[in-house]
Amino acid sequence: MDAQEIIARRIAQELHSGMLVNLGIGIPTQVANYLPPEVHVWFQSENGLIGTAALALEGMAQGLLTDAAGRPVAALPGACTFDSAMSFGLIRGGHVDVTVLGALQVDERGHLANWTIPGKLVPGMGGAMDLATGAKRVIIAMQHTAKGKPKVLRKCDLPLTSRRPVDLVVTDMAVIGFPEGRATLLETAPGVSVEQVVAATQAQLAVPASVPGMRL
Amino acid sequence: MECVSLEKAIGLIPDGATIMVGGFMAVGTPERLVDELVRQGKRQLTLICNDNARPGAGVGKLVSAGALKKTISSHIGLNPETQKLMFDKLLEVELTPQGTFVERIRAGGFGLGGVVTPTGVGTLVEEGKRKLEIDGREYLLEPPLRADFALLSAFLCDYVGNLSYALTARNFNPVMAMAADTVIVEVEHIVPTGMISPDHVMTPATLVDYVVANRTGTLAS
Repeated sequence: MDAQEIIARRIAQELHSGMLVNLGIGIPTQVANYLPPEVHVWFQSENGLIGTAALALEGMAQGLLTDAAGRPVAALPGACTFDSAMSFGLIRGGHVDVTVLGALQVDERGHLANWTIPGKLVPGMGGAMDLATGAKRVIIAMQHTAKGKPKVLRKCDLPLTSRRPVDLVVTDMAVIGFPEGRATLLETAPGVSVEQVVAATQAQLAVPASVPGMRL
Repeated sequence: MECVSLEKAIGLIPDGATIMVGGFMAVGTPERLVDELVRQGKRQLTLICNDNARPGAGVGKLVSAGALKKTISSHIGLNPETQKLMFDKLLEVELTPQGTFVERIRAGGFGLGGVVTPTGVGTLVEEGKRKLEIDGREYLLEPPLRADFALLSAFLCDYVGNLSYALTARNFNPVMAMAADTVIVEVEHIVPTGMISPDHVMTPATLVDYVVANRTGTLAS
C-alpha cells in the first residue's frame, strides 16, 4: 500500500452516511475511492454541486458539469446545483460536515498552512480559507515528511490558511489529534513505530502510554 | 433588454473598464464575448473573475492577449501565463478568498456596505483591513465589489430577457448580474417566453441590458 492509499483509506473511515463532505485537490480526492459501498456521502464541489460522483460512462462528459478542477463529473440521483454564493454559504456557514484538505505544514496547535510559498508558489487561496474556517470538521491529508523534512512543526513558518485549528491530521505514518489544543499521537501506520513518528515530527507530540495502529 | 450584435455589445466597453466575467475555470464563461474583447483589442482592463482559467480557455484568452492591467480573483495558479506576468510585475493580482470574493460581489449588487466574514482572520488576508469583534468572535470588514460591465453566460434566455443557468456553469453569473452598471449576456438557447417558469427564473429580465445569442436564434453575428 503506498503512502497516498494509506492516508486516503484511513480518512475514508471518518466519513459516515448522510454527511456533506468537501474534498480538496490532491490526496483528498482519493478518499472517495475507499468508501465502502454501504456508506453514502454527499460530496460537494465548491463550483456549485452537491452529489459529485466520478464519471464512469465513457463519452458522457458534459462541459457544463464539472468539479472544482474543471474536470467533467457525474451527478448522483438526488444531486442539486446552486450558485457560488450558496456554495460558500454552505461552506462558511458550517453546513459542511467534513472537509479533507492537503497541507504544506501543520503546527503543534493545529494551525494549517496550505496555500502559498511566498516568492515561489502564489496560486491564490481559492476556497481553502473558507473551508478551513467554516467546515464543522477539518481533516488534513498529507505525507508526514517532504524530502525528509518534517511537515508537522512546532510553529508554521509559511502563511496560515486559517486561525481555526484543524481537527485531525492523517499521514502515511500517523494519525494526530488535538485534544485540548495539543498535538497528540492517536495511531501509527502499519509497520511504523511510535519512535519513528516522533523522530519525523518537529512539533512537541503528546504520546499516550499506548498508541494503537491504524486498522486498514 | 436589447438584442444586439457581438460587435456592438463589446464596442460599448472602453479601454480601462472594470469588467466582471462569469465562470469557474472557464465553465460558465461567455467565450464569444471574451473572443470579441480580444478581437477589438481592448487594453488596461480590470478583470473581476474567480480565476484566470488556463491559456486558450475562458478569460485565459484575455491574459494571453495582454488585455489586462489587473485581475481580482481567488485562484490564478492554474494559468502559468498569469503567474509569469505577476512575477514580472506586468499584471496586478489581487487575491481574495473565494467565499469573500462572491460575497463582495453580492454586497455590491445587493446594496450592502460591506461583508463581515471570519475568513482570513489571522492570515495575510487581514492586512490593511478593519477587524470587527462581534459576540467575542473576530471578523474582517471587506468592501463591496462592483463593475462597469458584467459579461455573463446563461443557458436559457426568453424573449423578455429572463435567464436560467445550467449545472455548474451557474457559479458567479447570478450575483454578477446584480453588481455591474451594464449587463451583457451570451446565451446558449433563446426560448419563447414562458418556457422558463416563474419559479425557475434565476436572473430577472429587468437586470439584463444586452443579449447576444450563441447558437440558436438570429440575433448576433
